[in-house]
Amino acid sequence: MRFTLNGRPVSYDGTGARRLLDVLREDLGKTGTKEGCGEGECGACSVLIDGKVVNSCLVAAGQVAGCKVVTVEGLAAEDGRLSKLQQAFIAHGAAQCGICTPGMLLAAHVLLERTIRPSADDVRAGLAGNLCRCTGYTKIIEAVLACVP
Amino acid sequence: MRAVSYVRPESLEHAVQLLRITPGCRPLAGGTDLMVMLHAGSTREQTPAVLLDVWSLPELKGVRRVGDMLEIGAAESYTGIIESPDVREHLPALAAAARTIGAAQIQNRGTLGGNLANASPAGDTLPVLLAYDAVVITDRRTIPIDRFFTGYRKTALAPDELITAVRFPPGRDVKFRKVGTRAAQAISKVVMAVSRSPSRVAIGSVAEMPLRAAGAEAALGRGDRTGAVRAVADDIRPIDDVRSSAAYRRAVTQNILRELIDALPSR
Repeated sequence: MRFTLNGRPVSYDGTGARRLLDVLREDLGKTGTKEGCGEGECGACSVLIDGKVVNSCLVAAGQVAGCKVVTVEGLAAEDGRLSKLQQAFIAHGAAQCGICTPGMLLAAHVLLERTIRPSADDVRAGLAGNLCRCTGYTKIIEAVLACVP
Repeated sequence: MRAVSYVRPESLEHAVQLLRITPGCRPLAGGTDLMVMLHAGSTREQTPAVLLDVWSLPELKGVRRVGDMLEIGAAESYTGIIESPDVREHLPALAAAARTIGAAQIQNRGTLGGNLANASPAGDTLPVLLAYDAVVITDRRTIPIDRFFTGYRKTALAPDELITAVRFPPGRDVKFRKVGTRAAQAISKVVMAVSRSPSRVAIGSVAEMPLRAAGAEAALGRGDRTGAVRAVADDIRPIDDVRSSAAYRRAVTQNILRELIDALPSR
């Protein structure tokens, strides 16, 4: 089975019933994707599949055959330069313990791609599937809004 | 955990054939329920031996007109349902229900076929389907929604039967309301859909399966709002559980029924 991971072709030969989350972390070394609840409640394992944000704990690995998958490792440039959104998270103190951060970044990345001039409420709705137990969300929302042109 | 294998059929026909001949085979769409159960090793039912991935079958996607009905593919995502102009125009209560399910991650993967097959008493679209008198289309027959649920997480489906679509009659005014702990990522304490003509009061999370409240419907059919609100308390069978109490569910059911009846156009 082949798919595209952060712009590069990869192949996976194990059982298609494994969770995409486990294949990304254990087989493909993409440990930026975190496991929180393991039942689709917290959003820590969020990745993009064909441009849509999904919980990778709920996806069977076989289901991404032929798809484009993006993890948090795919947000920075090739030379390691962080994206504008990632820099905004640092500048605004939007990350504390960091477990929710990769998923937050991916959900916010899609939100900024798909919404023209999102409001604070749009950001709250767009990130509603990502739980954070540290920040109280305010800093995260500020960081995302700082990237609105 | 026993090893589970994975198969991706080439077509709907192939999927139906595999489902019939493969022991322990279970259809997998967006995985929002099934993947959780598999990983948790849920003992509620037997672990499937084979996952039959119907998620990307084109035959199970999309929203289309069939005669005067609107048909939604069983594996269409809630996001696809919310974004469909036909759904927004003709089934706004379904779009409203889909928006309350999880958040973006779940809406991008959850499906009507999955909500039906999983048959949770708290399934958020299920009261809407009941209020619209939806029809469940399978690989072999059509099942009226009021005959689909048969008990706690039990349905009229045969073990090798595949839901392919859901059909809705157009032009019905249905109001929807969900009460949970928070707006997103919440499992319902009470979820309700109501129509005045025909008289439909459909409720989830208040019994072992989504139900139509017969007493409330009879009163609403006579134009008796007060009678409907009184009767609904006896139509439901709520329990105390981790999400809420029976007393709270009964009070909230009566309150939101009153609210939804008032939101409907008078006949």
